[in-house]
Amino acid sequence: MPEISNSPRTINFRVRRYNPETVSVPRWQIYEVPVHKGMTVLEGLHYIKDHLDSTLAWRYSCRMGTCGSCGMLLNGRPSLACNTQVLDIAEENLTVAPLPNFVIIRDLVPDLCSMFEKHSFVRPYILRANEEEINDPTGEFYQSPEQLENYVQFAFCIKCGCCMAACPTLATDARYLGPMPLTAGQRYNADTRDEGRRERNLLTGAPAGVFRCHYAGECSHVCPKGVDPAKALQLLKRHLVLDYLGLGGRTIPPEKLQGPGQGERQADVPVAPKKTVEPGHN
Amino acid sequence: MKGTKYWTWHMAAGLVLLFLLGLHMLIMHTGGFARWFAPHGDAADSPVNSLFRDSKLFFTVTYVLMLVAALYHGFYGLRTMLLELTLKPVTEKTITVVLLIVGLGLCGLGTWAALTAHAIALAGARG
Amino acid sequence: MGEARRFENRLGLGGWLGGGRWGVERYAYILHRITGLGILLYFVLHIVVTSLRAKGIYLWAENGPLHNTLSKAGEFLVFAAFAYHASNGIRLILVELGFAVGKPIDPVYPYQSSLNVQRPLLIAMMILALIFLAAGGYTALAK
Repeated sequence: MPEISNSPRTINFRVRRYNPETVSVPRWQIYEVPVHKGMTVLEGLHYIKDHLDSTLAWRYSCRMGTCGSCGMLLNGRPSLACNTQVLDIAEENLTVAPLPNFVIIRDLVPDLCSMFEKHSFVRPYILRANEEEINDPTGEFYQSPEQLENYVQFAFCIKCGCCMAACPTLATDARYLGPMPLTAGQRYNADTRDEGRRERNLLTGAPAGVFRCHYAGECSHVCPKGVDPAKALQLLKRHLVLDYLGLGGRTIPPEKLQGPGQGERQADVPVAPKKTVEPGHN
Repeated sequence: MKGTKYWTWHMAAGLVLLFLLGLHMLIMHTGGFARWFAPHGDAADSPVNSLFRDSKLFFTVTYVLMLVAALYHGFYGLRTMLLELTLKPVTEKTITVVLLIVGLGLCGLGTWAALTAHAIALAGARG
Repeated sequence: MGEARRFENRLGLGGWLGGGRWGVERYAYILHRITGLGILLYFVLHIVVTSLRAKGIYLWAENGPLHNTLSKAGEFLVFAAFAYHASNGIRLILVELGFAVGKPIDPVYPYQSSLNVQRPLLIAMMILALIFLAAGGYTALAK
């Protein structure tokens, strides 16, 4: 990739505008934004709002790629605005549009409710037969690092919606659950503390569920956190098929620890220092 | 689990087709290999060679198996594509029913043709 | 205040073709659908035409109505479609049953995904498809 110059230059931000109170269809508006090396798209949008057009609306929060608020279509690719440097993707013109496959509320603000409803639908939380244990735990469930690695990748999802915007099935199918909810389903299915796999199978294996995925791979292509939803969905399909064929196998219940000091200490973990305060004392 | 059931059979049909259709392509399109299945002259698809294969129970059975697998695989695939267009539930139900009827009809036609051709070929072989 | 107007921003059928900056797997998916439809269309006609042999009618025989250049070219196209669809199908069976996507990992930037893991399989299947195509083309020309 050619060396990016340090001197500031002007990039044309071609932004998709939509105000439901004044227009019925979105239109494009071009802003000339001075851009320096390292400047993110989010900073560019702030420049527009501060100096050129205070009516521009978009979502943002953490500005460091962890909250998932600023997902938008940048030069045709769903990305986080805070995580994308302007000069990495544009030389003269940058197209900024709201995430596709979501209803637009205004300008660059998509209505993510449909995604969150689909997320709730797959019951994305630990399901156990003994509900009292969840509400009033009597101990801690032990989980080895190997067991954690089976699902932790899918737990890094920040619900930004980029995968949903990139998915070709969601382009035409409003009812498809989508990569994010199904990845959340697989995240809990693979968690050894969860006992709800068979219950979740009825939801994820439904007509508009995981079998509408055809491995176009765009979700993993655009995910800003390396969650790899495409992999999660194929693993989910595998387990659905194994369960259907009766080869699913029983979930091994995790070991419950009743307090500190239990469980096998690994050889390279040092012993904890002596307590300086006994419980019950101020 | 219905979705899982239909999809698993779709994959299984695909696997079956891989072998049977692959064999079909080899027979129809390669001269040397086809000698075992097309002993009369060069063209594997000539009437005399077709009759030869129709006289063998192996081919009658595999033709019907290939027909069922291909119809299921193809029509399920078409149904999947159509049902991803966010249509009204009534339209989706109609598509499923129509494809089922057309699929069963073609299956019936092909099976009848395979069995009839087998009978004709056997009768012709007996003279 | 009444319900605010919203704009439905779904990509539609164009979204099957592009929506996230094309990865190779997306091309493979589109082509898999197109070839599938082509094969299905041919197959339906094929059932009807070959079923006529039960009435002693062999439309595809030499000097028959289907023995012309257009039909032969169409047949080769169907063969090409089958070569691609079958090869990509092998890849999809492996991938969609979770065999060629790799294990879940702890993601470290720059992120590697299942797309990287299955890419060699994709390339191998495309080479296989080209081999089938070459074999089919050779026999078609030889005739």
